[in-house]
Amino acid sequence: MKFLEYLAKIDRRIIYLILVISIIIPLIKPLNLPVGTSHPVKSLFDFIEKQPEGAVILLSVDYDASVYPECHPMARAIARHVLSKNLRLICLTLNPAGTGLALEIITQIPNEYNKKYGEDYVFLGFRPDITATILGLGEDIRKIFPYDYFGNKTDTLKIFKDVKNYDNIALVVSISGSALPVSWIYLARGRYGQDIAAGVTAVMAADYYPYLRTGQFVGLLGGMKGAAEYEKLINKKELATSGMDAISISHILIIIFVIIGNIGYIFVLKRRKK
Amino acid sequence: MKFLIYFLFLWNFKVYDTPYDAGGEITIEWEWPTQIKDKRADSVIIWRKKEGEEFKKIKKLVTIQNFYKDSGLKNNEKYFYKITIYYKDKIFESEKILFAIPKEQYFHLGRLNIMIGAFLFVGFILFFISRAKRGISLFLRKIPGLDAVEEAIGRATEMGRPILYIPGLSGVSDVATIASLNILSHVVKKAASYETSIIVPNRDPVVYLIAREVVKEALSLAGRPDLFDPDSVYYVTDSQFGYASAVCGIMVREKPATNFFLGMFWAESLILAETGATTGAIQIAGTDAVTQLPFFITACDYTLIGEELYAASAYLSREPVLVSTIRAQDMMKAIIWIIIFLSGIFGIFGKMPFNFIFGG
Amino acid sequence: MLQKQVPMFICFLMGLLLFFQFYIPASWSQNFYNTILRWILGISSFAIVLGVVSLIRHHLRKIRKKEDLPYSITLIFSIFATTLIGFIGGIKSGTLFDKIFNYIQIPLQSSMFAILAFYMASAAYRAFRARNVEATLLLLSAFVVMIGVIGIGDLIHPFVPSFAQWILDVPNLAAKRGIAIGVGLGIIATSIKIILGIERNWLGR
Repeated sequence: MKFLEYLAKIDRRIIYLILVISIIIPLIKPLNLPVGTSHPVKSLFDFIEKQPEGAVILLSVDYDASVYPECHPMARAIARHVLSKNLRLICLTLNPAGTGLALEIITQIPNEYNKKYGEDYVFLGFRPDITATILGLGEDIRKIFPYDYFGNKTDTLKIFKDVKNYDNIALVVSISGSALPVSWIYLARGRYGQDIAAGVTAVMAADYYPYLRTGQFVGLLGGMKGAAEYEKLINKKELATSGMDAISISHILIIIFVIIGNIGYIFVLKRRKK
Repeated sequence: MKFLIYFLFLWNFKVYDTPYDAGGEITIEWEWPTQIKDKRADSVIIWRKKEGEEFKKIKKLVTIQNFYKDSGLKNNEKYFYKITIYYKDKIFESEKILFAIPKEQYFHLGRLNIMIGAFLFVGFILFFISRAKRGISLFLRKIPGLDAVEEAIGRATEMGRPILYIPGLSGVSDVATIASLNILSHVVKKAASYETSIIVPNRDPVVYLIAREVVKEALSLAGRPDLFDPDSVYYVTDSQFGYASAVCGIMVREKPATNFFLGMFWAESLILAETGATTGAIQIAGTDAVTQLPFFITACDYTLIGEELYAASAYLSREPVLVSTIRAQDMMKAIIWIIIFLSGIFGIFGKMPFNFIFGG
Repeated sequence: MLQKQVPMFICFLMGLLLFFQFYIPASWSQNFYNTILRWILGISSFAIVLGVVSLIRHHLRKIRKKEDLPYSITLIFSIFATTLIGFIGGIKSGTLFDKIFNYIQIPLQSSMFAILAFYMASAAYRAFRARNVEATLLLLSAFVVMIGVIGIGDLIHPFVPSFAQWILDVPNLAAKRGIAIGVGLGIIATSIKIILGIERNWLGR
């Protein structure tokens, strides 16, 4: 009976320990739990999938390290998808802390597909004034970014021979842990009719569904689940898929702890009534 | 390739001065020809000219949107437009050439409803203030979180431990922060009467400056300016999680008996609340960040939900003038509630008669 | 008296001007608004200097009193060392400053965010008790949503993820919107009180 009482007040350190072990195991040995495909993620995938060869996708890395586990896998999966389909990738960031994260994508992923810098992909770096940058991209990208991140004159890069502004960009994908995707809608889509898609954290995804329903977003990736779904669609399972195993286990564990806590609580209540 | 050419009728194509702007912009709007099934043309060319000039192509659009705003124009000058739509092997040209004159507007008629709503609100506030000044008392329901403030301060005094007050992580432009600073004043005055110390770490440097003055002045008003310790109110860092870890460190080292989390919070809310719970402090939280409320409710003893944070100043002081503003809020809420209810009823029959109120 | 009246007058004047600016789209109105925004940026920049000075003084005092010595020494050393490294070596990619950011700051930030997972588990265990009908409903909804957002929900029954999404889209969103309406009115009321000088506690009075 003391054991049942104890269930209502398990030391939190035991909870943390069990959680740590159950999260580490699937990261080391993936369980390959099934990942579904939701409509918002499929919409974005289909949109990129149907683009003709050579079409340009602009990837805006608008997040920082604090949301890395949720947002970075999304950015990687989209970069992979774009380059594997022989589309062209323009990468930039509107978050100063996003530069290093975007650089990681740009230096790793294109090499897997033998892509040439300046021709198939380019990294423009960071620009501080969000409104001026998003609006300026609708007029002339090279005026906003006269040099790319590595100091090359954008005038001399082959990719900009036929890419001037949003008219030549098929899709802008903003991956963000803040409200930046909404700025893209107001400024790029509102003024220039540019198609926009977003990848945001799970907590924020619910706030963006109205934009998805009205068609202002072409697609939406929500949290690590959205990233895992996209990885499944491009057949390249990475961080998000292994992370989803850990999330699934931790969700089940929390439910078990809550049930255990309630069993102990009900027993303690009954004992008090007696 | 043989092209088939159709003409758009005049009413399908509109050109007008963009309303409610600083001038210099004209909006060109068109309806998609019925032959374009998915409302997505291959391209839309916008042509423009001034009087006596030739037409020039100013924009090529590849978009599903059926409008374009031509900006950077000179006010009070005539601009002429025509459009050409390309779709598969068809070309659609506007039959007529239309013109518009960009002008600067001095009043945003589209925001008139907001102005009326604001004046109505101010009217209610002034009405209820006049009632309060005539001595008519106004009922306020109990807010347990605010009733517990005195008890929480008393607890800190008994235990001989300080009070920790977090005025949120946002800047002073966020109204929640100002509401929090208003409550800080009350808390400091009460704490002064018990000679209980208060620690106020800040994330924003402007908020730090204001919080310092609030604490100093509140102690002066309470007749205890000697209790002011400049070390008790300080700036920590503007990094979100850096601030959270600094506050957690304060909670674990100083072991405050009472924690106040009042203002705007983001993801760090649960970190702060849980760490405070482990130290055994009594915790009163209040935020208007809807996404963080569940975390505060689970981890804190009392939570002020949304507008209760804004009502706190009136509730604690019970000044009739402040209480009357809460009554004005309730009147506006009642009006919104009636509109929502009636809209729901009409909506069942497919009518939306109240859309104009909200600019729809 | 001036200490009280002047700030209140400035608050009233600027509040009124910016209230009417919102309804005037003319270019001079937009210029006025942009000027105010630039002034706000300028004033905030000075405030950062004062804030950092306050932080350093606070920790120097602690070092003198020998309170929490290791933490205060670490903080003072980190502030000055990072600043010097930035000035001397630059802040571009590959510099020591950049490495400090990538290999110290970023992992620390991510770790603090990661701690949330553990706190959520312990908070859920402690707080999700079926004390009454409402708490039980909350508990059951939480179970459905937690199962619905992971792959196992699909395995149990395809209805589970849809029901979880319905809970998020309908009752959850309705409550959020209700709170948001109240918050909106509260913000307006507080702003009007401050502009009209009815609420003066932010001045410390």
